[in-house]
Amino acid sequence: MTKHHIRTTINGDETDVLVEPTQSLLDVLRDELHLTGTKEGCATGDCGACSVTIDGNLVCSCLVLGVEADGTEIETIEGMASGDELHPLQEKFIEHVALQCGICTPGLLIAAKHLLEENPDPTEEEVRYGLAGNLCRCTGYQKVVEAVLDAAQVMQK
Amino acid sequence: MGMKPSPYATKIPYEEKDNKVVGGRPDPKNRSDAIDKVTGRARYAADYNLPGQLIGKVLRSPHAHAVIKSIDTSEAEKLPGVKAVVTRDDFPDMEVEHAASGELMVNFRDVTRNMMAREKALYDGHPVAAVAALSESIAKEAMKLIKVDYEVLPHVIDVRDAMKDDAPLLHEDLFTKGAGIEPDPSKKSNIATRMESKLGDIEEGFEQADFIVEHESNTKAAHQGYIEPQASVANFTEGGTIEVYTGTQGHHVFRAQIAKLLKMDISNIKVVPAELGGGFGGKNNVYLEPLAAQLSRKANRPVKMVMTRDEVFRATGPTSGTNCKVKMGCTRDGRITAAQAELNYQAGAFPGSSLPLASITVFTRYDLENVLVVGHDVVCNRPKVAAYRAPGAPMIAFAVETAIDDLARQCGMDPIDFRLRNAAKQGTQTHFGPPLGQIGYIETLEAAKASPHMKEPLGPNQGRGIASGFWFTIGNDTSATINITEDGTASLIFGTVDVTGGMRSAFAMIVAEELGIPFEKVRTQVGDTSALGFNFMTAGSRGTAAGSMAVVKATRDAIHRACEIAARKWEVETDQVVWENGHARPASANVGDFEPMSLAQLCREATWFGGTIAGHAEINVAMGGPGFGTHLVDVEVDRQTGLVKVLRYSIFQDAGKAVYPAFIEGQFQGGAVQGIGMALNEEYIYSDKGTLENPGFLDYRVPVASDVPMIDTHIVEVPNPDHPYGVRGIGEVPIIPPLAAISNAIYDAAGVRLLDHPMSPPKVLKALDEAAPAEAAE
Ligand code: FES
Ligand code: FES
Repeated sequence: MTKHHIRTTINGDETDVLVEPTQSLLDVLRDELHLTGTKEGCATGDCGACSVTIDGNLVCSCLVLGVEADGTEIETIEGMASGDELHPLQEKFIEHVALQCGICTPGLLIAAKHLLEENPDPTEEEVRYGLAGNLCRCTGYQKVVEAVLDAAQVMQK
Repeated sequence: MGMKPSPYATKIPYEEKDNKVVGGRPDPKNRSDAIDKVTGRARYAADYNLPGQLIGKVLRSPHAHAVIKSIDTSEAEKLPGVKAVVTRDDFPDMEVEHAASGELMVNFRDVTRNMMAREKALYDGHPVAAVAALSESIAKEAMKLIKVDYEVLPHVIDVRDAMKDDAPLLHEDLFTKGAGIEPDPSKKSNIATRMESKLGDIEEGFEQADFIVEHESNTKAAHQGYIEPQASVANFTEGGTIEVYTGTQGHHVFRAQIAKLLKMDISNIKVVPAELGGGFGGKNNVYLEPLAAQLSRKANRPVKMVMTRDEVFRATGPTSGTNCKVKMGCTRDGRITAAQAELNYQAGAFPGSSLPLASITVFTRYDLENVLVVGHDVVCNRPKVAAYRAPGAPMIAFAVETAIDDLARQCGMDPIDFRLRNAAKQGTQTHFGPPLGQIGYIETLEAAKASPHMKEPLGPNQGRGIASGFWFTIGNDTSATINITEDGTASLIFGTVDVTGGMRSAFAMIVAEELGIPFEKVRTQVGDTSALGFNFMTAGSRGTAAGSMAVVKATRDAIHRACEIAARKWEVETDQVVWENGHARPASANVGDFEPMSLAQLCREATWFGGTIAGHAEINVAMGGPGFGTHLVDVEVDRQTGLVKVLRYSIFQDAGKAVYPAFIEGQFQGGAVQGIGMALNEEYIYSDKGTLENPGFLDYRVPVASDVPMIDTHIVEVPNPDHPYGVRGIGEVPIIPPLAAISNAIYDAAGVRLLDHPMSPPKVLKALDEAAPAEAAE
């Protein structure tokens, strides 16, 4: 299969990569660029484990073709902390024990960050609906919701 | 279950003391796995890549039941970029041989047939060939070139249909075995086993009853739904050794199974357990590992295989669908006199459902005199069932705990009081074997009764339900090694896979407590198969409960070494030295006037006085410390749509002693939400061709955040007498009560009794219509 050259900015770094025309952005991130923090739970857009932002929009990277990412700016979990300083959401996820197995965590963090950018002071219900595209099979969501609400408070200060 | 109690199994009596670390809330940032998981650094099986690796894919049967007449792989092998193809011909056939694998038993004759079909394809998704190629797209191309000649046979999906005399038969050599039955070689059957256990005289019990309730429940298969699909990377070397990186709940058990399936020496195999993205019992079985290993052997290169979600649903173990019949009687004043149950459990394509476990849990919450439990393990054209959190228990609890509710109502008693009147306690004789030891069931009921939840007012179409559950805690082989590093900090290696992220922390807390050093001075990791002796799987709620016994023993072994070093330095006997607050001290003033020595100080002396401080334990932990829980749920039933909304949820469960309470809360909440999902939505749906119609998260709908409310948790603490910290297994009980509790709440809200799972809107609507046809017609 002929590969296509694409250039994107990933977590601030300009990146060149050759991709197959049928390859999803998720596969490009994981298999070509070895950014394995973004996870695959379904590859059909139903679990949110592959959440990233493209030009500030929250997407399931399994539903985006790699070639479509050409010329865009992508943010993944690997870019969330700055230096050795965790993002407040990362801090609060740990503090509230909002992660058990952790496979959903990168996707949830990306989705939660996007949620708080859109709505800095959400209610519990808004958090629950805002994260309804991200499946977590371990936690029953309570500690995730608590962590996001707590992070929202901290981030507003 | 292959787990007969051994007189040599380890128990350590409960030690009542004030703990400094255990039971507290240490800074979770020092949790060994936390930072890696929030930054995307944690490495799950699909995140491993080896130099030169190929990508492997599995070709699966599109038929529910078919003879595989021939497989032609020649065209696929010719495709450029294809490096190996394997089929049934690449694996040795296996004799009947049973082994424990998690909570269920496996039979190698069937394990080899499940990972790669031999004579027949027995379910939609059954592997028939596997390919390794330079890329995924080439592997997929190659699969299209494999020609399989199938002779499609009639299939059977439902457990009741599979039990009929004229049902299509899955196995030519299957004859019903079990209690009171001599296998009749003239009667082939899909019923693999009949089990029976009893107590007292069931007929007499029913004669004493004033009220009798009979329930027949049906449940559909449900999947564990872990978010991480199965993945494995295998690297077979020219020297005849393999390394396997995989997502597993038990790497030592996997290693032994791979060795058996590929006829290798166990010591030539190293299995490295990757960070596990959820298992819940579903990662107790090998699927990809032997295929990846054999492809790697043939191709002489590492092979990576990752399942799609579709493959996960179609071919990895869901739980059994069931048909259960329960009959219970009680006296007017609420004393249960007789309890009878028939459990018909789907095993999937091969014998061995969770029936043996489910039949232990049926009535084990109640102190009963007359019990009869009969069960059938039934094969049908579905993937072989795997354990799923308290395997088999939620389904039978659905029938029993709803019957209890109806009995209470007939007696005019409060459902909690009715349960209290009959509750099991220390000394209660079980129907399956030993009497119960010290347990905390009554305490969970009393906590529920006293909770603020009970006082919350209910609106119209709202109802409250209660149900209880019981699960045991298995012990088994457990290993741990602790190395005290040169600066007096500790590094613990243990062998029970940390399926929740909580175990590493709980063990670090116990090590910190024992050594008298801070939590953040202890690092913990799961060791691969080459690091430790055999260690059984994380299953049966044993992870923290059994694992921590080995951790305590290993740490005490290291403490003994530390005291020995102090004794040598002080020129006294080792038993004249005690360990207190992180220091070796003289046992009494008579020993001498020596300055206490810290772990760090002792480490500096260690080389001269004999060598590094370390400790280890390889023990068989005794089974024990069963867990009980009671759930309260409020629901609202929408009479227009049949939708059941969960409004409020509370959990009361005996954890023995909580090591890390925040993790226990998370286990309670997560288990209950899985139970809520199973109760209201989750089900396997098959077409009339026997193919799975909903192999994806869109149509197999697990709960999302907006489906569930906050879940209150109440940790009851009745210590396990056979564990130094009183720990009980806690992971499985929380999934047991939700089905029954929700059915009971629906009854309370709308006066209809749902015994058909899932209690999805169409079923609820149908029940409402049947109950009040006139009203519905308006
Ligand atoms: S992997 Fe993309 S939504 Fe599940
Ligand atoms: S923590 Fe395991 S799926 Fe969310």
